[in-house]
Amino acid sequence: EPLIPMESSEAEPSESRPEEDGAAPGNCLAKKMEITVSEAEKRTGRNAMNMQETYTAYLIETRAVESQNEGQCSPVDSLWRRYSEFELLRNYLLVTYPHIVVPPLPEKRADFVWHKLSADNMDPDFVERRRIGLENFLLRVASHPVLCQDKIFYSFLTQEGGWKEMVNETGFQLKADSRLKALNATFRVKNPDKRFTELKHYSDELQSVISHLLRVRARVADRLYGVYKVHGNYGRVFSEWSAIEKEMGDGLQSAGHHMDVYAASIDDILEEEEHYADQLKEYLFYAEALRAVCRKHELMQYDLEMAAQDLTSKKQQCEELATGTMRTFSLKGMTSKLFGQETPEQREAKIKILEEQIQEGEEQLKSKNLEGRDFVKSAWADIERFKEQKNRDLKEALISYAVMQISMCKKGIQVWTNAKECFSKM
Amino acid sequence: MEAEGRVPGPPPLPPAGGGIGAELPAIPPGAARAPLLGAPAEVLELDDEEDDLEVFSKDTSLAEANSFSPSMTISPSSMINQYKFEDEPELRDLFITVDDPESHITAIETFITYRVITKTSRGEFDSCEYEVRRRYQDFLWLKSKLEEAHPTLIIPPLPEKFIMKGMVERFSDEFIETRRKALHKFLNRIADHPTLTFNEDFKIFLTAQAWELSSHKKQGPGLLSRMGQTVRAVASSVRGGVKNRPEMFTEMNDYMETFSQKINVLDKIAHRIYKEEREYFNEMKEYGPIHTLWSASEEDIADSLKGVASCIDKCCKATEKRMAGLSENLLPILHEYVLYSEILMGVLKRRDHIQSELDSKIDALANKKADKDLFSEEIGKLEDKVECANNALKADWDRWKQNMQCDMRSAFTNMADNNLHYYEECLATWESFLASQTVDCHGEEDSEDRP
Repeated sequence: EPLIPMESSEAEPSESRPEEDGAAPGNCLAKKMEITVSEAEKRTGRNAMNMQETYTAYLIETRAVESQNEGQCSPVDSLWRRYSEFELLRNYLLVTYPHIVVPPLPEKRADFVWHKLSADNMDPDFVERRRIGLENFLLRVASHPVLCQDKIFYSFLTQEGGWKEMVNETGFQLKADSRLKALNATFRVKNPDKRFTELKHYSDELQSVISHLLRVRARVADRLYGVYKVHGNYGRVFSEWSAIEKEMGDGLQSAGHHMDVYAASIDDILEEEEHYADQLKEYLFYAEALRAVCRKHELMQYDLEMAAQDLTSKKQQCEELATGTMRTFSLKGMTSKLFGQETPEQREAKIKILEEQIQEGEEQLKSKNLEGRDFVKSAWADIERFKEQKNRDLKEALISYAVMQISMCKKGIQVWTNAKECFSKM
Repeated sequence: MEAEGRVPGPPPLPPAGGGIGAELPAIPPGAARAPLLGAPAEVLELDDEEDDLEVFSKDTSLAEANSFSPSMTISPSSMINQYKFEDEPELRDLFITVDDPESHITAIETFITYRVITKTSRGEFDSCEYEVRRRYQDFLWLKSKLEEAHPTLIIPPLPEKFIMKGMVERFSDEFIETRRKALHKFLNRIADHPTLTFNEDFKIFLTAQAWELSSHKKQGPGLLSRMGQTVRAVASSVRGGVKNRPEMFTEMNDYMETFSQKINVLDKIAHRIYKEEREYFNEMKEYGPIHTLWSASEEDIADSLKGVASCIDKCCKATEKRMAGLSENLLPILHEYVLYSEILMGVLKRRDHIQSELDSKIDALANKKADKDLFSEEIGKLEDKVECANNALKADWDRWKQNMQCDMRSAFTNMADNNLHYYEECLATWESFLASQTVDCHGEEDSEDRP
């Protein structure tokens, strides 16, 4: 039974099949609809175990784009969703489109924190960055040529009530591969596509290097914060000292003010850097999505190999029965040899069953092969699309990091030029 | 009083080959320039200073082992006027360097000696160049002799015996170098000082061979009595201060209390900044190479990643430079002024003590009424002593304040400069990286996948 539907079987009000190239096709959802996650709100409610809990709800606003172009003010639809619903949506997409590199969600818990950021999920800075991350997620899905057509996704954005039930009714949880099965396949598969093996290594390396980078970046940020903030002490002491000095007083006082400015400037600088860190984090999590596609391939390939192996052994059994020779050991064969032969009729029956099974098996193998090739083809197309997106995004991120550094240096130059002038007047 | 700021830091040495004569006015051999020995002053070509020097040349009675001990009567005006000429760098005639630390190991102890080279054109020095070896103990001795001879002059600070906080090992190279620089500054500040420069113990310190110095040290009042002066002074001030302290010195006291507080805090702040910069540097060292590592698994963005790695490494080096600037300039100066603030508090207390001697004698006279004549003479002497001490301190205080302002201005300006250079270097690095990126960019205008 085929495992993967190539596209949603539901009829969608869309035209031709979208092109699967790098850029988002003109008729993808992102072009037709403006999507924002505009607000976050603290809520209290009761959870599954009837215990009171606090959580954050996010407001998703959508608005049709076409009417805007015509100068009309189109109405904004909105609904509230919490993080767990986003997770549910994503899990659905993962199972339903295993050949697609599914965009990741922002982190569940604050990780790679440096001392100033709180690791608390309720911290307003964390919530704000998560809001942006969730919006980013929705926009990525909406601009994906395949994912944007999914009806469940569309309902997530537009249908407040009953969405959860709708998702569960798709029965996607049943289609999900067990972790154990996947792990087993990873170890035992014999001939996976070389490209996927390489991709797996790449995604492991990417995960490892980005985690390392984020960890060190957090430490660097911590230290930088320290350097700037200690300078703030100069401001206070200069001011106090200037009170007892006649000639030096003015210079000290004004230099002190600049030290205060310097110390305060680090807050904005580091906040901006957090957004850069978030961009890297997205690709850290994307690496996991890449890995998932590779795992799916390994699973399918392993399945195929098992099916082929099974077919071969059945064919062999059949041959042995037909010719009466025993090339492979079987307990049944042994016992029957020892305890008496089968009757020719019994043998015929067995052969007949086997031949039926073999025919079934060959059909299955054929379709599995086809599936496998289709999977590889469409997965690889999405992987190419992903690669280009990743290169674009990361290069942009690195450039924006340079821009941030430049801005920080310029601020530093200004402050210290001013301070130097004050000092020289002491 | 011409009170321009002096050139901060140790004076430049005359060029090695040229010798002393090259930078100074010609000095006839045997001519004594020092006021103590009563030589004519024409060698200095300081027409308006001649009066002062005339005054000094008359005081041949002062030509003995120690200059200006408190019991001598010196005209106050001559003390003040002497302030001027010593601060002209071109007229410097005493050049001192401290270098070449060497370790000495004996059965009992291990210690370091420093080479002290003196080049001079002064007549009272038998030679024009001296090279001696001195250890820290010797510097301590010199300082205490100067304090004893001039209780109300501001004797420059010596580096401390141990540095507890940094937990710098006693004989580490860094420690020795820091100490050497401080000792060098110490001697040069004395040489710069209009009065201290002519102190006899100072001369012996610079010129005597090791055994000569040892035997000289053994003469004179013992260590305990030397320590006693300041101890008694502190004790008397603790007992309730001075009744008739002139307003000026109360102001000085108040100033020094606040100054001392502030300078101590500034010293702490500067050290803390150094520490934070060091930690930042350590993290940055690791940060750059990660990008290089990443570039190894990428193709398209490998160059960008390597570019970022290189920028971070350059900024890392720039941070190291910034730290070095701090430790070479601001930190030592702040530390010196922490020591200075203690010294100045001590000087103020000693002045108070001298005054209290006078005050108590006056009180005694008021009570006893007998031996009036004897007391009057003593009181007269004490009154002179107090006036001298006050004038000496006032002059030295003004000089100290000038120098402090100069030192602080230059130290903080230098710190600002350091930071400016740091940011300018980093800016250049990142801007050139950015330029390289936007040139390669294939004009990716529509990243439609990207929200």
